[in-house]
Amino acid sequence: MAILEITDLHVSYGAIRALQGISFNIEQGEIVTLIGANGAGKSTTLRTISGLLRPIHGDIRYQGNSITRVPAEKIVKLGISQVPEGRQIFSKLTVRENLEMGAFTRKDKQEIEESMERVFTSFPRLKERLKQLGGTLSGGEQQMLAMGRGLMSRPSLLLLDEPSMGLAPILVEEIFSIISRINADGVSILLVEQNAAMALSIANRGYVLETGKIALAGTAAELLSNPLVQTAYLGES
Amino acid sequence: MKLTWRRLPLKLIAWVIYALLAAGIVYGIIGLVRLNGSVFFIQAILDGLKLGFVYALIALGYTMVYGIVRLINFAHCDVFMVGAFASYYAITRFGWGFVPAILLAMVVCILLNITIERVAYKPLRNAPRITALITAIGVSFFLEYFTALKFAFGADYITYKRPFEVVVWDIGGVLISNITVIIVAVTILLLLLLLYVINKTKIGKAMRATSLDKTAARLMGINIDGIITLTFAIGAALAGAGGVLYAIAFPQIWTFMGIMPGMKAFVAAVLGGIGNIGGAVIGSLLMGEIEVLTVSFVPFGSRLRDLFAFLVLIIVFIVKPTGILGEPQVEKV
Repeated sequence: MAILEITDLHVSYGAIRALQGISFNIEQGEIVTLIGANGAGKSTTLRTISGLLRPIHGDIRYQGNSITRVPAEKIVKLGISQVPEGRQIFSKLTVRENLEMGAFTRKDKQEIEESMERVFTSFPRLKERLKQLGGTLSGGEQQMLAMGRGLMSRPSLLLLDEPSMGLAPILVEEIFSIISRINADGVSILLVEQNAAMALSIANRGYVLETGKIALAGTAAELLSNPLVQTAYLGES
Repeated sequence: MKLTWRRLPLKLIAWVIYALLAAGIVYGIIGLVRLNGSVFFIQAILDGLKLGFVYALIALGYTMVYGIVRLINFAHCDVFMVGAFASYYAITRFGWGFVPAILLAMVVCILLNITIERVAYKPLRNAPRITALITAIGVSFFLEYFTALKFAFGADYITYKRPFEVVVWDIGGVLISNITVIIVAVTILLLLLLLYVINKTKIGKAMRATSLDKTAARLMGINIDGIITLTFAIGAALAGAGGVLYAIAFPQIWTFMGIMPGMKAFVAAVLGGIGNIGGAVIGSLLMGEIEVLTVSFVPFGSRLRDLFAFLVLIIVFIVKPTGILGEPQVEKV
């Protein structure tokens, strides 16, 4: 069953039409990636799913129910968590407080502590920095904190926006292996990336977005071997 | 290289101004103590503290609301006024004591400020900031003139009846009244309560998160509207308590009484760094001291007090626009 189904989604910023009728779906347990150039509408898609933007047309269904008109704060509670572009961690809150905010929609303190321990097994470095302010972490650590925070709501679907942005290659490898592990724990993932090669290496399927429309769709292997994708997004000639 | 050359003299000038200010203050204090005796000086400091703590209660509302919605709520000083009047009616009409009267004032102010936010500011959440600012000024005028109508509080000065007898203790020549003790005690109690809520509770952390990054806060499932309402409520509760304490200290109330203390508290918030809670308290205490020291020691000081108070604002804007504890604001796209 599809965990997320998007049908004919149109989104505008004023007169600018950012998404012009995209449709795609994510099956339970999949990693799906959206790749594309700057301004293609990748982040807009994620922001619309999270309820930060309202579509002018189209439908978003999560686990069979429409969430198109559901406010952002309720969507988190339903089980969709977003790790936004540029991390957007709370710089003046400690690492611990950042993680607590990730669990804002949850009540049971015992369970929240357990989730935090679970986050530490994926990101042991966060445990060493618990009392540090989020803003004092390095870029890689901030990304880990943002992902840990995103997991604290115990999502069924995790939306990741450019997790590799601004990170050293070795860190990118680490982050992506963690993404695979999160997925192996049963969390479906929608991954937005400019680093198409990396994204397709862990994804099941992918969609190529061009100026607000889906230009190509296929399994990761199909896209990796597609000559158009290779020239435009994988930097091969 | 070019940049540093252009910046260096500016920074130097700023530091020279700091140094001169510091030297001037130290020299002035030494001179004053010699001239008037330390008792007189300690008395002034104490009186300044009393005033400063009341300012702090008002300034916190300005700064917290600014921190969350980036709006200077000009009507805040009128909420303060309504607090004073609410307690006046509680004391004179119903014969209530200090504690129930101040609690009533806080509740009335909370309801008023939440209503203001819902009716006047919420519809403008996505409008340009200047629109909301002008609206705030409008709400302020509305409250001042509406409450001055006959069927409301009336336009006259009213003598405020204190809910307790004034007791003055003479400690080595320094006079301390129970008013000062109550103002300081109530303010510190409320401050500690506020710090606890902001730093230790889940909702307080959510408030801080919201003031740092609204979008990220929404992605955490935090209801921004709820946080905004709560912020206006907390600010109003503090202003209400401030109104009662101010009326007890200076027992004359009228519907325009909020303007001056409100303005000074606003300057105090800017002085401390707008949006910063600790800054609001530090700025307020400084403002209280500046005012009372001016009255006590500067020739014609009682006429110059307001001038000096607002001179502070100008100096802050020239020397450190972000205030004592404020940080440079980075506008996010």
